[in-house]
Amino acid sequence: MRPVKNNENAKIKLAEMPEGYWGEGFMATKFDKVIGLARANSLWPLPFATSCCGIEFMATMGPNYDLARYGSERMAFTPRQCDMLLVAGTISKKLAPILKKVYLQMAEPRWVIAIGACASSGGIFDSYSVLQGIDQIIPVDVYVSGCAPRPEAILDGVMKLQDLVKNESLRRRHSPKYIALLNEYGIQ
Amino acid sequence: MMTLENIKDSLSKVFPNAGIDVIENKGMLQCEIPADNNLEIVSYLNKELDFIFLTDITAAHYPDQKGRELCVITHLHNLVDNVRLRLRAYMPIEQPDTYSLTPIFSGADWMERETYDFFGVNFKGHPNLVRILNVDDMDYFPMRKEYQMEDPTRLDKDDIMFGRE
Repeated sequence: MRPVKNNENAKIKLAEMPEGYWGEGFMATKFDKVIGLARANSLWPLPFATSCCGIEFMATMGPNYDLARYGSERMAFTPRQCDMLLVAGTISKKLAPILKKVYLQMAEPRWVIAIGACASSGGIFDSYSVLQGIDQIIPVDVYVSGCAPRPEAILDGVMKLQDLVKNESLRRRHSPKYIALLNEYGIQ
Repeated sequence: MMTLENIKDSLSKVFPNAGIDVIENKGMLQCEIPADNNLEIVSYLNKELDFIFLTDITAAHYPDQKGRELCVITHLHNLVDNVRLRLRAYMPIEQPDTYSLTPIFSGADWMERETYDFFGVNFKGHPNLVRILNVDDMDYFPMRKEYQMEDPTRLDKDDIMFGRE
């Protein structure tokens, strides 16, 4: 059996084969690479959409922009089964504990994308009632700029996250640095 | 027919000590009432003068008016004659007490909670006067005019941050 190589002319695009040593009927590579590859191409999204950025995200999910191409076709509205939390829209201070609870209910490994100005920094709502960026309560992996960002920008954010996921060490979630990061947010 | 004169006459007859004057302001009847009589007056308006619909309760802050900084504004609607009435009750900010209208209008409940939440008006007799829209642990009343529009010490919104000189 030969590993299937990426065929430029084929309509189906295959993921790049990870580096490794292979021969007749076997392949040896790193778990980091294989698991990263599997995770990156099957990120289960959890949309947490509160406003106009959510509308742009709906377009991103739809057939025109087609988030499914990246292996993220199944929106699951249950945090327990999701890997990628997409926060799209203004998060008020009253909503903050709910968002944090959703994040806490996700199983590791989990990633967060802040879509748009409000989720990233509070945006135009410099106000007593609005959280000035979700990174005040949960760690964020990718920020997508824009007010609201175009679906292309959101797709770019997802691809950036795929790069992170692909290259993440399997030990990262156990590293003192990561634990310290979570501790900063009061997450054990 | 419910006219300005009718309302004024009935109110000053029933509440001679309240000093009630009904005027027309911005196309709507308006009446200033004492904050500690509001329940009796609204009750009379509701039962005798057919103001059966409570449109709104809100408040306003006038920081320059000493002793009458806070004003609770109540909009009533007489659905029989289609007359609207705006009641204004002023109170000092140190002791912003007035009476809850919940015994007459159940719908006053959330409106009064909102008014408490944003202005700190104390509605006596309200069954559950706690914050409704803001976070529970907020320790100030955000719609009072005692805060700066923006923190002058912050730098992150300066022009230089957006590539402008």
